[in-house]
Amino acid sequence: MQYHTPGSFDDAATIAAKAEGVTRFLAGGTDVLVQLRADMVTPDVLIDIKHIDGVSDIAREDGGWRIGVAVTGAEMTEHPELDKEWPGVVEAMDLIGSTQIQGRATLVGNLCNGSPAADSVPAMIAAGASVSVVGPDGSRTIKVEDVPTGPGRTSLEKGEVVSAVHLPARGDNGGDAYLRFIPRTEMDIAVVGCGVNLRLDGDRVAEARVSLGAVAPTVLLVEEAAQAVIGTTLDAAALEALSAAASAACKPINDKRGTIEFRTHVAGVLAKRAAKIAYDRAGGAK
Amino acid sequence: MAPDGHGTNGFKVVGTRPNRPDGVDKVTGRAKFGADAAAPGMLHAAIVRSPHAHAKILKIDSAKAEAMKGVKAVVTRADFAEGLTGENWNILENVMASDTALYDGHAVAAVAASTPLAARDAAKLIEVEYELLPHVTDVDKAMGSGAPVIRTGAADKSVPEGMHPNVVRYHESGHGDVEKGFAEADLVLEDSFKTEATHQGYIEPHACLAQLGPDGKGEVWCCTQGHFNVQKVCAALVGTDASQLRVTPSEIGGGFGGKTVVFIEPVALALSRKANRPVKLVMSRSEVFRATGPTASTSMDIKIGMTRDGKITAAQGVFRLQGGAFPGAPMEFTAMCAFAPYALENVHQVGYDVMSNRPKQAAYRAPGSPMAAFAVESVVDQLCNELDLDPIEVRLKNASKEGTKASFGPKFDRIGLVETLEAAKAHPHHKAPLAEGQGRGISCGFWFNHGGETAVSLALSEDGTVSLSVGTPDIGGSRASMGQMAAEELGIPYEKIRTTVADTATLGYNEISHGSRVTYASGLATIQAARDTVQKLCARAAAKWGIDEDAVVWEDGCAKPSGPNAGEFEPLPLARIARSMGRTGGPIVGHFEATPEGAGVSFATHIVDAEVDKETGQTKVVRYTVVQDAGKAIHPTYVEGQFQGGAAQGIGWALNEEYIYGEDGRLQNSLFLDYRIPVASDLPMIDTVIVEVPNPGHPYGVRGVGETSICPPLAAIANAVSNAAGVRLKELPMSPPRILAALAAQADG
Ligand SMILES: Cc1cc2nc3c(=O)[nH]c(=O)nc-3n(C[C@H](O)[C@H](O)[C@H](O)COP(=O)(O)OP(=O)(O)OC[C@H]3O[C@@H](n4cnc5c(N)ncnc54)[C@H](O)[C@@H]3O)c2cc1C
Repeated sequence: MQYHTPGSFDDAATIAAKAEGVTRFLAGGTDVLVQLRADMVTPDVLIDIKHIDGVSDIAREDGGWRIGVAVTGAEMTEHPELDKEWPGVVEAMDLIGSTQIQGRATLVGNLCNGSPAADSVPAMIAAGASVSVVGPDGSRTIKVEDVPTGPGRTSLEKGEVVSAVHLPARGDNGGDAYLRFIPRTEMDIAVVGCGVNLRLDGDRVAEARVSLGAVAPTVLLVEEAAQAVIGTTLDAAALEALSAAASAACKPINDKRGTIEFRTHVAGVLAKRAAKIAYDRAGGAK
Repeated sequence: MAPDGHGTNGFKVVGTRPNRPDGVDKVTGRAKFGADAAAPGMLHAAIVRSPHAHAKILKIDSAKAEAMKGVKAVVTRADFAEGLTGENWNILENVMASDTALYDGHAVAAVAASTPLAARDAAKLIEVEYELLPHVTDVDKAMGSGAPVIRTGAADKSVPEGMHPNVVRYHESGHGDVEKGFAEADLVLEDSFKTEATHQGYIEPHACLAQLGPDGKGEVWCCTQGHFNVQKVCAALVGTDASQLRVTPSEIGGGFGGKTVVFIEPVALALSRKANRPVKLVMSRSEVFRATGPTASTSMDIKIGMTRDGKITAAQGVFRLQGGAFPGAPMEFTAMCAFAPYALENVHQVGYDVMSNRPKQAAYRAPGSPMAAFAVESVVDQLCNELDLDPIEVRLKNASKEGTKASFGPKFDRIGLVETLEAAKAHPHHKAPLAEGQGRGISCGFWFNHGGETAVSLALSEDGTVSLSVGTPDIGGSRASMGQMAAEELGIPYEKIRTTVADTATLGYNEISHGSRVTYASGLATIQAARDTVQKLCARAAAKWGIDEDAVVWEDGCAKPSGPNAGEFEPLPLARIARSMGRTGGPIVGHFEATPEGAGVSFATHIVDAEVDKETGQTKVVRYTVVQDAGKAIHPTYVEGQFQGGAAQGIGWALNEEYIYGEDGRLQNSLFLDYRIPVASDLPMIDTVIVEVPNPGHPYGVRGVGETSICPPLAAIANAVSNAAGVRLKELPMSPPRILAALAAQADG
């Protein structure tokens, strides 16, 4: 196994482009090292990106935020302002693992590991987040919802490395929330996850984004669910329509973590509950 | 809290709560567990396991592995003893497959190499050719017509003719006439229940270091609940004399019955013999799940008749237990414990032991009993609901007492079931109001407890301190309670005694630490060894004073003349006698060996409140109270810990823990991520009440407490959840998808 510690994203991309065999970037390592120890994935080339300047910074950018690729869950939770603007994204990241995991795990690792059950991903998608990518042929920006393409797979090309996460400006009268269902109270993988982000005009929903995790091969952005609440005061009828639209979008599987019926039903329940929290956070009176 | 006997029976040390002797070692990391053993020149081993549920082993080719740098030995079944019969054959077949892999994870070969990584890589290079056979993992399917046969000829004579060959043992017991009893009832309910297999979930995986020379002399260091059993079984499996194999137990990171069984020690010994080097073998968590001994899974039918005023007129149960690819599922215990809390005129129970393509089941706290309680107590709860009767009153009305003919045959001696029910009734929990969405569940539970072969030795040091050697690994604080019992008898402070779990060369045979037997049997032996010591101490005093031995008594740690007629002498403290023992007759050592048979049975009553989220099926246990008869609590904190531990493990079993097999017969969830034991935040504070109805078979009245505590939880939680959800849950675990499915089925009518 080769281990590299490049000093820039261009170098990281060059090493990755030339690498032969199984290649992994090493952010927090809470997926990479666990998969290595469990004999699931043994990388031939490991590229540690934590030595690149600025990867641990959370910085203002166009009224929103730029979050470095090595920023940990704990650093996000402890940031004085981030949580006030994007509580849904922060709470989603904070749900990951334990105190120990929180000291290592990153948003980008969670995204690029490609799990449909990744907790921070529905929250990022609902928030309208995007990522910058550096590759052998230059840089590009991708919406978070366009990164995962299937379980364990992403749209990143060989040699491409994510260099930052961008959260848009929060603006006025907005609120987001993330909820997941697990059978226990912690240390579990989402059976269903749901992120909701709303902007209000008075007490009416003006903009909405609803995202579901663990109910399809990739995390979903559910346009029909957003349409079900836009223009409403999130009254009972709107919540029922939201729930139905969320359930209708599910294409889950039966597995050891849950059944098709269960996931489909609970997706609707979580969408309602997360929407109510987001509505409250956006300042809606209920 | 009920009186726990602090000082009430004239005890000075028994009933107090001194510091645990292993505490500092454990919190500082100094304690040596199984994987901490090391020896010069040690090799590391890895086991090759079948990825198939059922497959013929056509060929094992280890040439590539043996050619690898650092590889020192490969073993297969050919490297173990031949011609074994009975249980030794079963154990060997489980430790290393012969011609057929019987379950996913079954060992087929093993390799020893200079590093753990080299061993792991070499194991991957061992090529095994399989021919797949049809498999079955569900108990009902395994005994149904057309099920693949695991092994022909495995059934014993108890099995009625015409049953599938996978049914290997049959049990029937009871008394009276159940049909007559059902006719006398105002309401008869009949229902079927299923429970999935669960794992003990001990935190320390199995680990050992073994050494076996060409001269047949060997050593094993391992984590086990019974090192004398490891000695006996390993000697048979590798073909050496038991006495040539010395086994030393390590500290143990949990066992709960799962470490009463031998899995890896014979493999390490066989590798060591071949490589002529010490070999260390440590299981991964996934190996622990796939290839050690989870519980049996069950399928049960219960029928109970009750009069309008709550009298049970008849009860009947059929219990089918799947115990993996070998005979031994504890179906007779399930059948015998099922109705034990009830004094019944008419009762009948049937048990089936069924083989399937799963790992050989092992004991898990009160093996077989918790499942029986789940089925029976669910039906009793339903009867109470339908007849509008109080569940504690109904249990009191039908409770087994001293003299009751037990559902499994004999008459009960002094027992404490009524006392636990009365204490539960008096507990504030019983009457506390429930919030919206919550339900309450009550259940009783029963376990036999056990005695077993026991040997203890107690040696004095010249400075007046004491070395107490016991042969039962400490799985629940027994070093503390043994020390307390010895201190009580000798009349010296608890701190002056060090209790050691001695190796197989030091003491006579000790049965495994199982059956809740240790505080009872090793405790009894400790008391007797201390009394033997006291007798020797008195003899030394008598010799010194020149009076008769029986004119000397032992009081407050001193030899004293028995009365004015014996003469006027200053009391001789233990330390004074010990100081001169070399000159007065030599070392003073007390000992005791026996197979005590007076282990008192034990009952418990649990009260649980659960809250169910009807939209997601999620359950939260909001309040839990354990009431149990301990006979006499030697160290109440440890007793409470056992009560709480049983409840905590029961909560996991009831709500989320299960073995999940895929269509391919492979275990789907062999990691703690998906085998969901409760985490700390899943549990409420578990309240405990120690009831003390002395066991006439123990000098201080001790009854074992380790197992009874896991008998009621499955039922108590199922009753709470069913009452909260408004629908009866009949299958464990009551995971959120199962609860939602039950609610949906009810809504569909
Ligand atoms: C005990 C435990 C509990 C967990 N609980 C949860 C949970 O509750 N919810 C949850 O969603 N996850 C959970 N996880 C999984 C894991 O912690 C998260 O997915 C975490 O966010 C991964 O981040 P990381 O920085 O550790 O990623 P790493 O392991 O470093 O990397 C993960 C993947 O991302 C790729 N990658 C990393 N950085 C980049 C980059 N800059 N550009 C391109 N690709 C990159 C790597 O190549 C690798 O494929 C848990 C893991 C453990 C061990």
